[in-house]
Amino acid sequence: MSVAARKEQARSDGRVSALGKATWRALRRLPLKGRSAVVAAPYIWLGLFFLVPFIIVLKISLSQMIVARPPFTPLLTWTEGWWPQVQAYLDNYVWLLQDPLYWIAYLNSVKIALISTLGCLLIGYPMAYGIAKAPATARTLLLLMVILPFWTSFLLRVYAWIGILKQNGLINNVLMWLGIIPEPLAMLHNDFSVYVGIIYSYLPFMILPLYANLEKMDVSLLEAAADLGCKPWKAFLSVTLPLSLPGIVAGSMLVFIPAVGEFVIPELLGGPDTLMIGRVLWNEFFNNRDWPVASAVTIVLILVLVIPIVIFQRQQAKTQDVLE
Amino acid sequence: MGQRRSIFVLTCLVFGFAFLYGPILSLIVYSFNESKLVSVWAGFSTKWYGELIQNEQILSAAFLSLRIAFITACIAVTLGTMAGMALARYGRFRGRTLFTGLITGPLVMPDVIIGISLLLLFVTSAEWLGIPGSRGMPTIIIAHATFCLAYVAVIVQSRLSSVDVSIEEAALDLGARPWKVFFTITLPIIAPALVAGWLLSFTLSLDDLVIASFVSGPGSSTLPMVVFSKVRLGVSPMINALATIIVAIVTVAVVIAGVLMHRAENRRQADIQQALARAGYQ
Amino acid sequence: MPEASATAGTLEPWRDPQARPYVRIEGVTKRFGEFTAVDDVSLDIFRSELFALLGASGCGKTTLLRMLAGFERPTSGRILIDDQDVTAMPPYERPVNMMFQSYALFPHMSVEQNVAFGLKQDSVPKAELKARVGEALELVQLGPWARRKPHQLSGGQRQRVALARALVKRPKLLLLDEPLAALDKKLREKTQFELMNIQDEVGVTFVVVTHDQEEAMTLSTRMAVMDRGRVMQVGTPSEVYEFPSTRFTADFIGSINVFEGRVRSIDGDLVVVESPQFGGELEVASQARVAQGQTVWVAVRPEKISIAPRGEGGAKEGRRRNAADGVVQDIAYLGDTSVFRVDIGNGTLIEVTQTNLFRSIERPIDWDARVTLSWTANVGLILSE
Repeated sequence: MSVAARKEQARSDGRVSALGKATWRALRRLPLKGRSAVVAAPYIWLGLFFLVPFIIVLKISLSQMIVARPPFTPLLTWTEGWWPQVQAYLDNYVWLLQDPLYWIAYLNSVKIALISTLGCLLIGYPMAYGIAKAPATARTLLLLMVILPFWTSFLLRVYAWIGILKQNGLINNVLMWLGIIPEPLAMLHNDFSVYVGIIYSYLPFMILPLYANLEKMDVSLLEAAADLGCKPWKAFLSVTLPLSLPGIVAGSMLVFIPAVGEFVIPELLGGPDTLMIGRVLWNEFFNNRDWPVASAVTIVLILVLVIPIVIFQRQQAKTQDVLE
Repeated sequence: MGQRRSIFVLTCLVFGFAFLYGPILSLIVYSFNESKLVSVWAGFSTKWYGELIQNEQILSAAFLSLRIAFITACIAVTLGTMAGMALARYGRFRGRTLFTGLITGPLVMPDVIIGISLLLLFVTSAEWLGIPGSRGMPTIIIAHATFCLAYVAVIVQSRLSSVDVSIEEAALDLGARPWKVFFTITLPIIAPALVAGWLLSFTLSLDDLVIASFVSGPGSSTLPMVVFSKVRLGVSPMINALATIIVAIVTVAVVIAGVLMHRAENRRQADIQQALARAGYQ
Repeated sequence: MPEASATAGTLEPWRDPQARPYVRIEGVTKRFGEFTAVDDVSLDIFRSELFALLGASGCGKTTLLRMLAGFERPTSGRILIDDQDVTAMPPYERPVNMMFQSYALFPHMSVEQNVAFGLKQDSVPKAELKARVGEALELVQLGPWARRKPHQLSGGQRQRVALARALVKRPKLLLLDEPLAALDKKLREKTQFELMNIQDEVGVTFVVVTHDQEEAMTLSTRMAVMDRGRVMQVGTPSEVYEFPSTRFTADFIGSINVFEGRVRSIDGDLVVVESPQFGGELEVASQARVAQGQTVWVAVRPEKISIAPRGEGGAKEGRRRNAADGVVQDIAYLGDTSVFRVDIGNGTLIEVTQTNLFRSIERPIDWDARVTLSWTANVGLILSE
């Protein structure tokens, strides 16, 4: 070991022990008894592995790519003087603004997620309604059938669609055998297959909150509406639908938010031109190894998702309040 | 009443479930296909299953994934139960708002974001503190436990909020100290939620591709990572065979759980009816 | 008020200035943020009493009970049980047990295990534990159900398990939170008497929280009427009913007719009140300390008013005190009694209750009948707040 390396080692050891002491002192000051420990353990875990990572992402998004390990410049340097120098670069964000690739990817992700959410709602609502109105014995079974696919591999379920949608896949074979189409339809590796994949994968997330909402609904409300002279379809539009709005919002957010950042589905089912932000991120990270830009993309993606996440949380808090 | 409407709803249900189960069925059917071309039926065969159980790479990846999922589920249930307890029972403690945010976050954040941010954490901490020395099973477990604990917390919280607080107060009142109340009263009552949370964590961990891809290191490929690399190259009947095995295991497990729950429920109903009848008799 | 008798010391310790209270609540206040749930409450409860806290929901009675149990810590004030300050003692160390409104039975334990739970916490030897559990179950007549789980029991049986579980530790103080609220009316009446018998048998001091005045009056030796966190009156059921100290208690317990007026003259025990609301003069035999000209309220219970048909064409004599002519506006037939609402003019309605002494379908006094109401000077009350 060289002298320099040993010095480096000693310095980092010192840093570790100083940090350790500080942490120990902080921990000692916490009232780590019973109740507090119960909150503290998951709190510290989530802080360390969920909150801190975002701060690091933010930090790296403000640095520059260099060919080194790690491949980015430090944000703080102790080159001279007592105060650390902050070296923040907004280059990565400027880059995002300038390169249309990112814009198109963001917009496209939101568009695909929106359309898929709508699709889930259109298919999921009548299903949730049907299950909620089914006799109690059938209800449990139907609900179980909605959840069951969720327990099997997501990746494999997406994979199944390749065999169904491809050029000489199940659907094309059947349609051609029936003589409905003269030549195979191009259904795989385009936006269509991505929609199918997302709707298929996220449908249970739409059905479950909708079901929970519709099942609680008081039947006497509809009877009251009928009693007051309301036709069934009108009663549905003016009573059931508005009252199920919390379920619709919850379900839509549960589909929309993860769909925006989806990677597996566009990667397996989408075409080379299906630009979604999750895919761009993955490529930026693994293929280009440009971590600062990837971090900036992540930060912007989080900002894009903050609004729906806040809506979702508000909705949850409201339902909680009503329940309490 | 609403004849037309119920026919419409019924149709939607039938088509909806066909949509949900069609792809899974097709996976199963083609796993028994003789031909390598998944879409062309060339006779019944189980040769892909044979090939699967001889595939060293898939087997070792599956074993790794199972180990990760097991440890993940245990950590997630422990920490998630604590978090759920805090949310359901501790009222407004300091920092509650941030805490609820930290619980909801992993539930809604896209996998890619969680994966990237955790990788950057591990890289930075390796740089600063020297840990983790290398990425692999431990880092995957940490990553999985982080988002699974949020799921467990939500399950435990909702279960606890349906449990009468007085039951725990009664135990305190009868002289049990808080920790004893938790182990003798609360834990047995919320046990079903813990089992559900454990199973969910296990499945989520077993199923995760994106996060694991970010935080794993060389030589620690989980099953979804191996499957993904194969699937990317095109369809392979061996993967169909794997899917069929997973579906079979899950179905058997769910059916057993369903029957057990159904029986317990029936017994409960019968008990209640009996009790009511007897009470009326007195 | 009734005079203190010679036996008061043992049967009615609260009348004996020498008697030491068993439970002392001294100036207890509980605030939740801005909201004051219990406001400077002081109460003395004696050994073997069955003390009721009565009030509408949100009056602070449950919070007070929870402070006795140790689930809430008072913001200020002290609680002493048997001369021991328990204010800061956690619930699991207090010599107090509680029967919860929801019963709070442990769903995963049998009846026997539920009852044994408290004794196990004290590490009672096995043989003794078994004997005491058996005894407690015998007391509530649940022996044959010992092996059942709570969900296999009826509501009444669950209530008795909860009682046995709370009693088995022989607490110094037993708290009951709305003990009968979850039972239907018939069962509730039966259980009221059971509860009293059990209390008599074990001699434990009971504190019962209830919103049901009938329940409080049947069960309790004394009760405290609470409103908005404060104790309005403490007394035996008959004291509180017959001699309410404020308009709130008078109105809360049973129904009562109240007339606002001004003291016109005081002649020994006889107070004469001029009441425009009544449309005449009222006289009350009262020792209340009031001054001439002071605004007071005269209260009369409906069952203490007599109602008679007004003589047809009788000479209309000058308006007597404590008497009014009116027209029957409403009759509620309740089987044992009938309630009349009589309009005496200028918008004042008087409620009168009469026992249905004779079996008859025909009413002696019908709707729109012209009647005369009257009562004697010693059934009315003077209330100054």
